[in-house]
Amino acid sequence: MSLLAVNDLTKYFGGVKALEGVSFTVAAGDIVGLIGPNGAGKTTCFNVINGLLPPTAGQVRLAGEDLVGLPPYRRAALGLARTFQNIQLFGGMTVGENVLTGHHLREEVGTMAALLPLSRVRRAETQAKEQAKELLHLVGLGDKEDAPAEALAYGEQRRLEIARALAQEPRLLLMDEPAAGLNPRETEDLMALLGKLRDLGITLLVIEHDMTLIMGISHRVVVLDHGQVIAQGPPAEIRRDPRVIEAYLGREDDEEDGSGGGG
Amino acid sequence: MAAYLLHLAILAGIYIILAVSLNLIIGYAGQVSLGHAAFYGIGAYASALAALHWHFPFPLAALGAMLVTGGCGLALGLPTLRLKEDYLAIVTLGFGVIVDLVFLNLEVTGGPDGLVGIPSPRLLGLSFRPQPLYLLLVILAVFLVLGFTYLLVRSYHGRALRAIRDHETTAQVMGINTPAYKIVIFSLAAALAGLAGSLYAHYITFINPESFGLHTSILILCMVVLGGMGSIIGSVLGAIALAVLPEMLRQFQAYQDLIYGALLVALLIWRPEGLLGRGKLSLKFLTRG
Repeated sequence: MSLLAVNDLTKYFGGVKALEGVSFTVAAGDIVGLIGPNGAGKTTCFNVINGLLPPTAGQVRLAGEDLVGLPPYRRAALGLARTFQNIQLFGGMTVGENVLTGHHLREEVGTMAALLPLSRVRRAETQAKEQAKELLHLVGLGDKEDAPAEALAYGEQRRLEIARALAQEPRLLLMDEPAAGLNPRETEDLMALLGKLRDLGITLLVIEHDMTLIMGISHRVVVLDHGQVIAQGPPAEIRRDPRVIEAYLGREDDEEDGSGGGG
Repeated sequence: MAAYLLHLAILAGIYIILAVSLNLIIGYAGQVSLGHAAFYGIGAYASALAALHWHFPFPLAALGAMLVTGGCGLALGLPTLRLKEDYLAIVTLGFGVIVDLVFLNLEVTGGPDGLVGIPSPRLLGLSFRPQPLYLLLVILAVFLVLGFTYLLVRSYHGRALRAIRDHETTAQVMGINTPAYKIVIFSLAAALAGLAGSLYAHYITFINPESFGLHTSILILCMVVLGGMGSIIGSVLGAIALAVLPEMLRQFQAYQDLIYGALLVALLIWRPEGLLGRGKLSLKFLTRG
């Protein structure tokens, strides 16, 4: 069974059709790329899956459970995590605390017990900190635990967001342009990291413009254009798909009137 | 002179509770509340009425006051905390004004004359009327509040609150139930302000609406801003400073507001995070536990 099933998802902003009848699935353990030209509706699609925007119509199911209508924090509890295109770290916290925030759902100590000076509370906190440290090592920030999150370099901040999302131990991680703004070396590091995540069995849905990256890591690719899915399949197929090439480059014969993407 | 110093110390203790509780809302959860004095006043009136009409002993009256103010906080928070923060500021500002008017016009609150003859606390046959004993009582309350606040902010709840302050939407995406956290912390802070009100009423033994108006809300806010948002120690120092400072400036009373204003402007220019604001001295040594 697919882990994520998006069915006939539609989102209108007034008269603008941001998403129209979008359907695709993500199988557990897969890395799926979500690509498309600027303004194709990729981030809107994430926001709807995530619960930041209500859909106009359609369903989103995670492991069979209907997500529509649930607030984002309930969706997170069901195993959904996300990183953002424009990095959204908790600026007033240290790197380690940012990761610990992702651990919020995993807290085993009760709401009231957490306020008591008990040894089991302290033990749970120490354990959480150790896990956070492991995650920071995984993303290559092992020595930055106590640094203020704001002091990190751009690429490091991206990796911190990933560590924070991983602390949720999500079933599905949505990544919105993880390579945006990274230099080629950082992009290589990121690719290696995503490979590691795949080996750990984490399911990923990744929006990305870097084609080498997306074609290199994805099991399947979904292509959006003007709010509609125009193609989906393994990367090798997508690369040759004439509709995809057209969406990205425009059709040769309508270059003159410049209106682009007709059919 | 000693009596006067004791009086200042007692007031400072009450201010500490007010500032620390407001800091939970503003400095930790990142919500702007401009009506904290309303809860302070509701606590004072509730406690005084419980003692005057139903002869509640002080501990019960204080507890009752906390329940009433906590309930008011809940009732105000439920509909408004779904709104973005600037709306909360306006709503709490309005709430403060309304509560002030209610005190001023209700018969049961004694209108502009207020309530007189509020009994001093009496525990185990011992009267806490003498100032040194009352100061002990206030110090005990301050330590309880500080201890509770400290345990709260260093727990994972404290982290969740700071996440809400820094980035509410993201906090929610991380699985933090942001509406529940905001409402609970708002109500909790209101209850603590109610405790401060109760301590004030049974100390002064005479209350009227004047003590709980907008200027008091602003004063408490200044204590938090001066001390530094998100720093407990900062709020303690801010409260003490603003309890003592007006006294030190007394001979320049005509210029008091001017000096006040100048100090705040200077603070906002050179240390907008407050004396002990987050990320600097602040809570680091506390939260490391």
